[in-house]
Amino acid sequence: MSHETLAWPDSYGDKAKPRMGFFTDTTVCIGCKACEVACKEWNQVPMEIEGFSGKSYDNSGDLHANRWRHVKFIEEARPQNVLHVDSEGLATYQEGDGLRWLMASDVCKHCTDAACLDVCPTGALFRTEFGTVVVQEDVCNGCGYCVPACPFGVLSKREDDGRVWKCTLCYDRLKDDKEPACAQACPTNSIQYGQLDDLRERAEHRLARMRAAGQDEARLYLADDDDGVGGAGAFFLLLDEPEVYGLPPDPVDARRDLPKVWTAAAAAAVTLGAGLVAAVFGGRE
Amino acid sequence: MPGLGTSFGRGGATTFQQDLQNSDCILIMGSNMAEQHPVGFQWVIEAKERGAKVIHVDPRFTRTSAMADLHLPIRPGTDIAFIGGIVNYIFETDSWFREYVQHYTNGPVVLKPDFQDTEEGSGFFSGWNPEDSAYSIETWGYNRSSGEATAGKSEQQADVSGDQAHGAHGMKLKGGQPPDVDPTMENERCILQTVRRHYARYTPEMVAEVCGCSVEDFLKVARAMAENSGRERTSAVVYSVGWTQHTHGVQNIRGASIMQLLLGNIGRPGGGVLALRGHANIQGSTDIPTLFDILPGYIPMPHPQSHPTLDTFVELNGPDTGAWGNLRAYMVSLLKAWWGDAATEDNDFCFDYLPRINGDHSHYAMMLKMLDGGVKGMFAVGQNPVVGSANSKLMRLALAKLDWLVVRDFQQIETATWWKDSPEIESGEMRTEDIGTEIFFLPAAAHTEKDGSFTNTQRLLQWHHKACEPPEDCRSELHWIYHLGNAIREKLKSSDDPRDRPILDVTWDYPVQGPYDEPDAEAVLQEISGYSADGSFLDSYDGLEADGSTTSGSWIHCGIYKDGVNQPARKRPHTEQNWIAHEWGWAWPKDTRIIYNRASADPDGKPWSERKKYVWWDSEEEQWTSLGDSPDFPPTKAPGFDPPRNAKAMEAIAGDKPFILHPDGTGWLYAPTGLVDGPLPAHYEPHETPFVNPLYAQQQNPTRQVFPRPENVYNPSDGEPGAAVFPFVLSTYRLTEHHTAGGMSRSVPYLAELQPEFFCEVSPALASERGLEHGGWATIVTSRNAVEARVMVTERIRPLEIQGRQMHIVGTPYHWGREGIVKGDSANELLGIVLDNNVHISEYKVATCDIRPGRRPRGKERLALVEDYRRRAGSNA
Repeated sequence: MSHETLAWPDSYGDKAKPRMGFFTDTTVCIGCKACEVACKEWNQVPMEIEGFSGKSYDNSGDLHANRWRHVKFIEEARPQNVLHVDSEGLATYQEGDGLRWLMASDVCKHCTDAACLDVCPTGALFRTEFGTVVVQEDVCNGCGYCVPACPFGVLSKREDDGRVWKCTLCYDRLKDDKEPACAQACPTNSIQYGQLDDLRERAEHRLARMRAAGQDEARLYLADDDDGVGGAGAFFLLLDEPEVYGLPPDPVDARRDLPKVWTAAAAAAVTLGAGLVAAVFGGRE
Repeated sequence: MPGLGTSFGRGGATTFQQDLQNSDCILIMGSNMAEQHPVGFQWVIEAKERGAKVIHVDPRFTRTSAMADLHLPIRPGTDIAFIGGIVNYIFETDSWFREYVQHYTNGPVVLKPDFQDTEEGSGFFSGWNPEDSAYSIETWGYNRSSGEATAGKSEQQADVSGDQAHGAHGMKLKGGQPPDVDPTMENERCILQTVRRHYARYTPEMVAEVCGCSVEDFLKVARAMAENSGRERTSAVVYSVGWTQHTHGVQNIRGASIMQLLLGNIGRPGGGVLALRGHANIQGSTDIPTLFDILPGYIPMPHPQSHPTLDTFVELNGPDTGAWGNLRAYMVSLLKAWWGDAATEDNDFCFDYLPRINGDHSHYAMMLKMLDGGVKGMFAVGQNPVVGSANSKLMRLALAKLDWLVVRDFQQIETATWWKDSPEIESGEMRTEDIGTEIFFLPAAAHTEKDGSFTNTQRLLQWHHKACEPPEDCRSELHWIYHLGNAIREKLKSSDDPRDRPILDVTWDYPVQGPYDEPDAEAVLQEISGYSADGSFLDSYDGLEADGSTTSGSWIHCGIYKDGVNQPARKRPHTEQNWIAHEWGWAWPKDTRIIYNRASADPDGKPWSERKKYVWWDSEEEQWTSLGDSPDFPPTKAPGFDPPRNAKAMEAIAGDKPFILHPDGTGWLYAPTGLVDGPLPAHYEPHETPFVNPLYAQQQNPTRQVFPRPENVYNPSDGEPGAAVFPFVLSTYRLTEHHTAGGMSRSVPYLAELQPEFFCEVSPALASERGLEHGGWATIVTSRNAVEARVMVTERIRPLEIQGRQMHIVGTPYHWGREGIVKGDSANELLGIVLDNNVHISEYKVATCDIRPGRRPRGKERLALVEDYRRRAGSNA
């Protein structure tokens, strides 16, 4: 099994399941927000009216404790790189008026190297047998350590109860062999759920088609085991740089450099100690 | 419906959404499919994945445009000119499908010599009678035919329109043969040549001038349609209410039908005209209608003068030939379903029990009559006219004239609460204590709380099962109407007044079940499907008899309970059968997914091409066979069948005539009957327009219905003094996140939060011209009212260059009102009532307006603002 995390799947022994995830293919997202609604319906996430934002058709801000799926809308008036490939119809996004309206459904990334999980002092955040990252609401004490640990800003506390809430990749549904609510509701298959290995393969194929169709900037995001979070359980096909979608270009597991930091700190302490010794005792010589 | 009905015979989409995956080119026009039909839009995506070209022609860049290969903005209300330009292109480049047109359309038919086209009449067809503002259609018919005018008679003379239009089935042709036909289609007066001449002035340059697009962009669309049609390829047209909500809405659809017939795209996989309905079950509500002028299955409602008996009714409405040739069987079976044993041969099967219509009783006609005090009570069932109908204020003023009003809905919608918090209360125009209307609110059960069916956009019925009992006092519509019927019957039971007989004799014996005595919805479905003489379920309407031995509550649905099985409840997934998924649900007629599919084979019955194979003649078995759909043709009628001269009904349909509802079995390039505003589409300006009509001297559709009165004041149009006071084009529409008038979405937390406020969309150019600030407020004003909206400045709204002037569009979604979790002004406050006379649908898609920065004044000052605008514009009441 590929994409292993620190403790998974070993910690589950023979109860481990294949690693499950989302492939969000933004090239076919029509911005219907069915994923947002289905997620809230199934998981009973509270309503949060944020008012008219003026940010295109997005009035629901960003991912937070009360929003586990969120569709972004990016309007751009700029000419597109148009290439006609007769056999592959996807070539000509927005020929003509040079407008581009990108839509993309964002979600918790269920990182391979998940800082949130590691900084959680209570064990409320844990990795499931499916390799996903879930908060147990009856364990979370609201300390909030995980909030700044997440490089994507996914985690936040629910104001009226103090605890942290986020996408569970519909852990309860997975246990019943059902796909997550958002993926089931998606009409165009922009959100695909499945075994991570299969999804990665599918995504590579799709990327190749988009490239062949002249989408030179198309790329997979978080589908690389060597990236800053060791790849993610929820990854994306984007038509442009991650920044265009408000995603960090090079997210890093906040703990990644901890060993180096500690080593450096220890070295500094040693150096400092030596200096002190020298300062205190050296003068006597 | 009449656009499709007159063109092809039936008022329904010719194809189904899944079939879009087979298209080589999809033209989406007058529709925002991705936003309004996101689930069906997966098939557009699928087509695109397979290499289809997807084109979106629409004034706005929407979520549909974002997925299209090409988005082309045009001026609202100019679709006839745009499609007309494609028709002209098809002729100019000789791209029309000769063999298809020759055999399957009425192109070869020769017209009467005294027919005059708009080209000769400055925008009028022959037969215009200015005193009645109506056409007399005698000159529109086929040469040497006589009876066709009957269809239009009642429309023109009894002030009732549309009753024939749904099926265009009044025309009589002896033996189903037009008397004068030129198979070479070279006769100057044949329909093909008439159509060619009619469209000659719709040049690419004219399209550019009218629509505000470039010649080059227009040609891209025309070329794509032409190149992707023919034997090997097919193109589909998708439309929605962006085409219907105009003063020439029906003719928009006629235009697309003509184009698709010329290109040979009807009845074939990947082709068709796909009418996307406004919301769930809209197709169903015309099939078994909530309309005033038709009975189930598009049978016209009888008239008092011209239809004294069943015989005269059938004589005047049924052509002798084609599927309507059996009208008597359909009608008698309907009467038997409704009045059972009381309906006998001797009493004309209770034909007298049917109400007669003596005028226009459509929605707006009713509301205007209400305003004049002519209506005592109203049931608003799943409808919110105070938000959803044009001219909201007029709606409220009318409701205040009622004695009683019953509102059945999920929530206390604006139609139930206007008496306490409407803008008129705020302005002092109405006082709650003065309103005499007694209002009853009845909470409704949701679809999950009752059994029943939805008829979706493609004539497909799908059954839904009750998941749980409705809470508290909530009940289904079926429960309400059934028990209300029982209560009325109980009150009348000792009456010997003959006028009460229809109510007392009606079959009203549905079994009830559950804790609330819910009527069995399947029993209703069984009645609709119908029984044969021996009490068994009928397979199809072919089994209906005119002698009273059979019953069917809707002939087009006959067979929906075939074999004693609830056919719409069949739910075999598409993954377990081929793409047609014939065992999922049931589509009228006869479970046919692509109708007129005989046209997918050539006149000899062979597929036009292997690639576009669908239905074909199996010469060994001597029957029609298909990929898995029901052939929409008599199953064993050979392609070469030539009917005897005196044949009637279906026997008169020749073996190469796929449009079996039409008396001549053809698709109608030219509609000799069925429409009140002309046999061919012509570009007319919207009722309110900042531009003159470049094509004809006649500016607007001469047959449109206008209602000038102080409550329904119109803005002046270009050429009239004061037009400049309302310089911008206003267009209303919907968003994915909300449902029509908001009754099912503004009160749903997860939908309300996604689009929480009423907003308008304007271009950066207009924003800078009027000082509108992105995210700020704007006030939009017409001669009807003023509303305030948040401002969205976006490149997606493009100013267009029209007649040397820049045209700005103000776009407004219309979902909001004063109730619900999220509140706001309603865009329909701005619109006047002005209707397409074929169907009485208002022009929601185009009006003129002004826009200014800031919030609107409150109370009386709001009135003063509107009054000031009216005065400056000299608005005409």
